[in-house]
Amino acid sequence: MTTQEAKFQYLLRLGDSNLIIGHRLSEWCGAGPILEEDIALINIALDFVGNATALLGYAATVEGNGRTEDDLAYLRNEREFRNLLITEQPNGDYASTITRQFLYDVYTFYLYEALKSSKDETIAALAVKSHKEVTYHLRHTTEWMYRLGDGTAESHERMQNAINDLWMFTGEMFDMDEVDQILIKEGIAPDLNNIKSQWETHVKRVIAEATLQIPTYNFKQKGSKEGKHSEHLGFLLAEMQSVHRAFPGAKW
Amino acid sequence: MEDEKQLAAFEAKIAAGNKIEPKDWMPEAYRKQLIRMMSQHAHSEIVGMLPEGNWITRAPNLRRKAILLAKVQDEAGHGLYLYSATETLGVDRSELLEQLHTGKAKYSSIFNYPTLTWADIGAIGWLVDGAAIMNQTALARGSYGPYCRAMIRICKEESFHNRQGYEIMMHLAQGTPEQKAMAQDALNRWWWPSIMMLGPSDDQSPNSEQLMRWKVKMESNDAIRQRFIDRTVPQADFIGLSIPDKDLKFDEKTGHYTHGPINWDEFFEVIKGNGPCNAKRLKARNDADKKGRWVRDAALAYAEKKKLKAA
Ligand SMILES: [Fe+2]
Ligand SMILES: [Fe+2]
Ligand SMILES: [Fe+2]
Repeated sequence: MTTQEAKFQYLLRLGDSNLIIGHRLSEWCGAGPILEEDIALINIALDFVGNATALLGYAATVEGNGRTEDDLAYLRNEREFRNLLITEQPNGDYASTITRQFLYDVYTFYLYEALKSSKDETIAALAVKSHKEVTYHLRHTTEWMYRLGDGTAESHERMQNAINDLWMFTGEMFDMDEVDQILIKEGIAPDLNNIKSQWETHVKRVIAEATLQIPTYNFKQKGSKEGKHSEHLGFLLAEMQSVHRAFPGAKW
Repeated sequence: MEDEKQLAAFEAKIAAGNKIEPKDWMPEAYRKQLIRMMSQHAHSEIVGMLPEGNWITRAPNLRRKAILLAKVQDEAGHGLYLYSATETLGVDRSELLEQLHTGKAKYSSIFNYPTLTWADIGAIGWLVDGAAIMNQTALARGSYGPYCRAMIRICKEESFHNRQGYEIMMHLAQGTPEQKAMAQDALNRWWWPSIMMLGPSDDQSPNSEQLMRWKVKMESNDAIRQRFIDRTVPQADFIGLSIPDKDLKFDEKTGHYTHGPINWDEFFEVIKGNGPCNAKRLKARNDADKKGRWVRDAALAYAEKKKLKAA
């Protein structure tokens, strides 16, 4: 694998994760628990779509085959997507959405922080911008972790269920393969072992403060790095790509 | 009489072009009418998120998706801003939402129509936000300070909504034959409801002389409708779409377009609750309210706990 190929794959991983989690958040539109949250969720979704556009745009440039960010978003199939499994999990109740978002936000908070010093200038510049945004997102999701974890008996139970259900999707965030190895050597991407320890410390602290428990099971789902997803992704893509694919070659 | 003196001072203030502020004395009828109008407006903003939200996940490219998200976020912000402005008149947002959820309060009739294709997102921005701007620029000159300021702020964003909608329609109209057909179909379906959303014609809705004098109502529905039509018809011509009104023509003498008869029966049916989506919209709002109750309860309980700890 060449550095260019590795970089392309890496950018797909980052870009697809943002695109898919942004899609999930946008599904909340008009259904949030309170108007202020509707605004926050749409705003965060918008940040993700913006990041995905920039990352997939750069992926397309790196690939150099004349594809665009829209081609990558709208004309790839399930097995070609590289988003983390956690990002495609359905919204469920607000506890699930918040927990999914929190686990992902902590991950990207440390990942982008590390990517700020990437030797690839474009990635470094995108990381600076994204890190600012994720800092705000993380503050928001952390507050809700506390509110719902330490709110009522019902909210506490819902939160614990959400953590139990989503925990199995967190392991693969830190899996490394040839793509990572090549980019670590080039100083383009960070060693995910470092991110993992930062993530664990942070997540454990917030979950404990929210009076919640880390699940005891160690079982982890994985597969997104090879495009092996959960059954949910196919439906998500069918919806997302429907108009674009129904009018091949059309401009919008 | 104390009341009469106060009323005279209130009316003199308005006549002099000054604004009424929340702490100022105001007649009960003025307060009631404003609460009704402003809360209806707020409800329209948040119910309006539903037909447009329907297409966010299917927007045809990433740029359009981002623009639509930004627009719908604005609408939610307008809702929040207008609820706050209404609260200055001494009602609670929760009370107003209760009225929406039980069907007691109205919202703009237009949002009871379905968004069937992507082109409807263009049509809404172009026509619905376009019509709203006509109405809101008039309201921005009204007498109640908080409402005027809300309108001025909101109108700026509405022009962006209007432009992005027209831009969608322009791209479709200049696109493939299928895209152009989609745009024309959307215009056919949204034209008359947009004309009607500006309210019943003046002979069916005599604007009380009092509301005009109090600058609650600034212009008649027909006058606003005329301005909207005059502005929009040339825009349709420019992108090669045709307005679905065979009687529409330009009157050289008056410099205005005259239009065919409006189907007011349809309008009043929709207002009564019998439009294609009234039940669906109301259910969506109620579902969100119910689904969110435990979240709001938890946030409240947590805030109480924190207060106790701090004490
Ligand atoms: Fe509006
Ligand atoms: Fe608005
Ligand atoms: Fe708008």
